[in-house]
Amino acid sequence: MSSVIRRDFLKTGGALIIGFSLRESLPAEDRGSVAGPPDAKQIDTWLAIHTDNTATVYIGFAELGQGNSTALLQVAAEELDLEMSQVRTVQLDTNVTPNQGGTYSSASIQRGGPQVRTAAAEARQALLQMASQKLEAPVEHLTVAKGVVSVAGSPDRSVTYGALVPDKPFHLAFTGTAPVKPPAEYKVVGARIPRNDIPDKVNGRYVYVQHVHLRGMLHGRVVRPRGQRAYGSGAKVGSLDESSIAEIPGARVVRRGDFVGVVAENEWDAVRAARQLKVTWDTAPTLPTQARLHEQMRAAKTTDRVVVQRGDVAGALAKAAHVVSESYRGPYQAHAPFGPNCAVAHVMPDRALVVCSTQDVYGTRNGLARLLDMPAEKIRVQYYEGSGTFGHSCYDDAAQAAALLSRLADKPVRLQFMRWDEHGWDNYGPAHVGEVQVASDAAGKIIAYQYEGWQHNWSAVETSAQLAGTPAADWPGGAAQQVSALNCGGMYDIANLRLVNHQLPGKDYLKGGWLRSPLDLSFSFASEQTIDALAYLAEIDPYQFRRQNITDARWLTVLDAVARSAKWTPRRAASQRSDGKVATGRGIGLGTHLVSYGAAVAEIEIHKETGRVVAKRLHGAVDAGLVVNPAFVENQISGQLVQTASRMFKEEVTFNTTNVTSLDWNSYPVLRFEECPEVTPIVVQRLNERSTGAGEEVMAAAAAAIANAFFDATGVRVREYPLTPSRVLAALSRAA
Amino acid sequence: MPGELKIRVNEQVRTVSAAPDTPLLYVLAGELELQGPRFGCGLAQCGSCSVLVNGVETRSCVTPVSDVQGKSITTLEGLPAWYAAQKKLRSAPPLHPVQQALIDEQAVQCGYCFNGMIIKASELLSKVPQPTEAQIRTAMNGHLCRCGTYPRVIKAIQRASRAMAGVA
Ligand code: FES
Ligand code: FES
Repeated sequence: MSSVIRRDFLKTGGALIIGFSLRESLPAEDRGSVAGPPDAKQIDTWLAIHTDNTATVYIGFAELGQGNSTALLQVAAEELDLEMSQVRTVQLDTNVTPNQGGTYSSASIQRGGPQVRTAAAEARQALLQMASQKLEAPVEHLTVAKGVVSVAGSPDRSVTYGALVPDKPFHLAFTGTAPVKPPAEYKVVGARIPRNDIPDKVNGRYVYVQHVHLRGMLHGRVVRPRGQRAYGSGAKVGSLDESSIAEIPGARVVRRGDFVGVVAENEWDAVRAARQLKVTWDTAPTLPTQARLHEQMRAAKTTDRVVVQRGDVAGALAKAAHVVSESYRGPYQAHAPFGPNCAVAHVMPDRALVVCSTQDVYGTRNGLARLLDMPAEKIRVQYYEGSGTFGHSCYDDAAQAAALLSRLADKPVRLQFMRWDEHGWDNYGPAHVGEVQVASDAAGKIIAYQYEGWQHNWSAVETSAQLAGTPAADWPGGAAQQVSALNCGGMYDIANLRLVNHQLPGKDYLKGGWLRSPLDLSFSFASEQTIDALAYLAEIDPYQFRRQNITDARWLTVLDAVARSAKWTPRRAASQRSDGKVATGRGIGLGTHLVSYGAAVAEIEIHKETGRVVAKRLHGAVDAGLVVNPAFVENQISGQLVQTASRMFKEEVTFNTTNVTSLDWNSYPVLRFEECPEVTPIVVQRLNERSTGAGEEVMAAAAAAIANAFFDATGVRVREYPLTPSRVLAALSRAA
Repeated sequence: MPGELKIRVNEQVRTVSAAPDTPLLYVLAGELELQGPRFGCGLAQCGSCSVLVNGVETRSCVTPVSDVQGKSITTLEGLPAWYAAQKKLRSAPPLHPVQQALIDEQAVQCGYCFNGMIIKASELLSKVPQPTEAQIRTAMNGHLCRCGTYPRVIKAIQRASRAMAGVA
């Protein structure tokens, strides 16, 4: 049975386990015994050729269910002239895989693709030179197929890659100078190759981080208040009664400061002990009243920054024919991975192993080094996939909690969060207030645009570290944490434009973190509704209005592609409202993350008596430059459309002045099968453009399309999402 | 003192040492080292831990192990054999048709929820071989997916239904 093999294998690795796929592909020379990152300027860091004429490609990006472990192999196979069956990769491991930065901002293909491509091209060049000597033929006369190099015209004169470099290192500097294939010759790149990870994910053999076990390990659980307080306030233990778990055999309490946990040999005992342990916590109120959250944000003292300033917005507003001035609100939303985060750690006096599902093994290693006060090189971090996280959920916190529990218990410890830990102590996607002013001339040309946004930055200290004594600190900032020049009017030609960012002090609010397409849903919800309102005033069809204000060919292409897919016929918004109990509407929207181009059309249904809104159909188009595998991007678009429906209709973190109160799937509902829209993904393939992200670039557009469809159906603008029944009923009655 | 409980898992009788009130999930995933049923919420809200108990989809996270004595438990690992027994096939196929259909539709993303998805879909098709789309949505409604795979799961269940109709 696979799980037994899994555990036996891990056990044979001794205290320091080694992932199996890694072990299988070890080349003759030792790999994995030295702390990384391996030297990115060596070809051997990127790939190894094996005697059996296959190759292992070492990739610094995490498989998160998006297919990048297959797609990056497509890139390597293409340049090496190998079949997909001849290439494989390994799990991320700080002793093995290169540091390509974290797997976020949809970066795998964008940043990773070119590195893998040029390394593979350079390896091929070296292999051809070796083959040239061996076959006594000039390189120009050689051809390669399936890793077999032969002399053109005399196929009997051939040699395999595996014979040229049989599990031996290249010992070659990676210069990045080898010519790469022209896209016109691509056979593997651009093809719809099925994902490598799917068969094991359906047959039960896939090893998730939740399945990893170490010999002699204990099971651990953290003990925290149910639901976080304001980030800066952490949690404070009042009293702790260890005797309250005395009757659970083998369970014991471990503690450092306000970091409290339990460990036990048996997992269920650890779960019970964590539930039963009597701890009192400081309950002094530290959070805003939820109903007044946005007013408080709007009134707070902020750090302000003009992101873009061009032309004369005030002057243009003064002479405009149509002006729209609106204010919108976005909620805190949770990552809430389907399976709570989990990590296994073995912290020894002089070194440590931590197995977790971080999106960035080297970043996590640095955090652990600070927490454990140990040099980073003494810590080995290995990645195993967890449940889809879509940003900075509690995976780093899980890694740190496991490491602390292991150090305190002096044993290997497997830590899994309970549902309420994950829901209650997440780094939420921050709430947002957006105030937008947009103006056009009489013909519907946009002449002025202003966006002011209020939100706080991400939290830089994990909960475990904070409770153990590290003071809270905000993330220093960056493009994904402030008003977006792309989503806030960036797709339109606007002479007079001003974007202002108001950064709130994070410590007064909930913990923040990047959640798939950070802030973009809120930006587009505000900006694209305002654009739509302007189209309405100008009495122009919203698709046509956008078209006439865009000159960028790539924005126009995605917009046209999605309109075509939805069979969009021009009419003014809200011009076909029904008086029935169920209103239907359609909406269009644009948006992306930091790169690429996204457009969406939504068709929704509003049950006026109950306030229930359902998306019937969502179309989403993405232009992400060269798409390595269109099938994967289609799957990403589908997932983004469904998630956007979930975030627009359902998802909202709730809290009282003491704690977060949305702690499970009842208090934090998400979209289910019965309300799932039909989705139509559209990939705009651009073979000659550089690849850019595709994992989060259509959600902003879809959020806007949904909101605009609501107006089309009802003639009412929704100012705040999610569009829950109570909010919808309130909006409809205000308008009536 | 933990007793010796006997339970029938994937047609094998297993003796387990867990206390009788231990949720079945911890026995399957811990003592029996099965990878199919997995923790999601522990609250019967998500379907991550689902198994079949006498052919009925059951949340193992809230089912005490003592409750399933004398019953037949099927986990993801035992699903092809369970299917073969139902269809009176001479040998178990490598995959249940639902599993194959999920591969054919490339429906999976992170895949963590797919234990529950596959268990529930198999239960559905064993009772309603040709479900309408509305029946599929209703049956599957208690199974969450954070990655948004629902549309492809629906297609895969329809595909599996067609494939099973072709099996005598
Ligand atoms: S883990 Fe059992 S239903 Fe969620
Ligand atoms: S595929 Fe990730 S939770 Fe369903």
